[in-house]
Amino acid sequence: MKLTLPLSQQQADNLRAGDSVLLSGTIYTARDCAHKLIFELLDKGEPLPFPLKDAFIYYAGPCPAPEGKASGSCGPTTSARMNSFAPRLLDLGLGGMIGKGGMSEETRQAIARNKRVYFAAIGGAGALYGNAVKKSECVAFPHLLSEAVYRFEVKDFPLVVAIDSRGNTIY
Amino acid sequence: MIRTVSTKEIENCVYRLARKAGLTLTDACRNALQAAKLQETGAAEFALSTVLENEICAKREQMPVCQDTGMSVVFLELGQDVTLTGKPLQTAVNDGVRRAYADGNFRKSICDPLTRVNTGDNTPAHIHTEIVEGNQIKVTFLPKGFGSENMSRLYMLTPAEGKNGILNAIVSTVKEAGSRPCPPVYVGVGIGGAFDSCAMLAKKALLRDVGSVNARSDVAAIEREALERINSLGIGAQGFGGKITALGVSCEIAPTHIAGLPVAVNIQCHCVRCEKEVLK
Repeated sequence: MKLTLPLSQQQADNLRAGDSVLLSGTIYTARDCAHKLIFELLDKGEPLPFPLKDAFIYYAGPCPAPEGKASGSCGPTTSARMNSFAPRLLDLGLGGMIGKGGMSEETRQAIARNKRVYFAAIGGAGALYGNAVKKSECVAFPHLLSEAVYRFEVKDFPLVVAIDSRGNTIY
Repeated sequence: MIRTVSTKEIENCVYRLARKAGLTLTDACRNALQAAKLQETGAAEFALSTVLENEICAKREQMPVCQDTGMSVVFLELGQDVTLTGKPLQTAVNDGVRRAYADGNFRKSICDPLTRVNTGDNTPAHIHTEIVEGNQIKVTFLPKGFGSENMSRLYMLTPAEGKNGILNAIVSTVKEAGSRPCPPVYVGVGIGGAFDSCAMLAKKALLRDVGSVNARSDVAAIEREALERINSLGIGAQGFGGKITALGVSCEIAPTHIAGLPVAVNIQCHCVRCEKEVLK
């Protein structure tokens, strides 16, 4: 099934844990350090590097882009490390997340409460995902290098619905 | 016969191995993934097909198979009849890593543990040097990802816990790790030694080919039984559920103290990258 972001509520609700999708559109990378800095901005009431409403965060840190490419290898990192951040962001309007591996019960409940989706990318498939990034721009924290926030335009990311909008999970 | 080797040769060797390792799975790993794929259906099969397709893409595009190009673990077996000349050995190895990670567009993943400031060039490498007989130098390069490293554990068991305790330690480590370390995993196990050397044995076990068997039959039995129990956990590729949760278990053993039974379990993701070369 092909999907393009942003997802309508109906599109999100039609997804079932275990479904395979090819996802296109705009996503933002953020890992441990970027989340910490985003939370500092939230706590200070300062503007965020990207609008949270309906946005998708990709838990990933790319390799440098080879010449002529938008991104280097860029598969998912372990989502569980972001369990302490995800529920608050979902409650603030985040559209969903892409990462690898299961997430906590608290995160699962936040996904269901907000009727959002968590997609699993296939860990270890960095070259495929990096190649599916068509445009990339660093939008915050460039000093974090690969851990900075990048806005990606992606085409046909192969993903599996890992937690659906009802809170059903594949794990 | 005493042989003189410039450390520049070692630097160039590290460079070659690092560049290749970033882009390639070991043959044994690829074979094990292909065999696993035949046994799975649904999301687990999709995950394994994607991973195999990814390696072809990595080769075609000359991009790393996984963006986590790892901590650079370098094992050097240095013949005692070798005299090294040129820059210090450690500098040479780090220079090889630095150049490979820059030229290969590999991710630089090494940072200060407190400030989290990145060193910017993936150094320092983790260098383990062993002095051996002869006048050859064997270089092994293992780019070690940390999604799996984070799930590794060390147990100080009592002698009374014996073989069952060892098996439980291995299986419970993989069970607790669940979907997080990119299963199907490769499990390196150290049995014996001490707190430090046991962990090193586990890492060394990962240098063996996936599917290889320990020469000692009682150790091989532990490898076999652990693998069976792990694959009955049902975690499957990426945690999507399935028959293959581990591609293999490799155990290495060393004498320990009469009071103890250390067991270290070092988890490696399904992306097993390990390159070796002997400088003759």
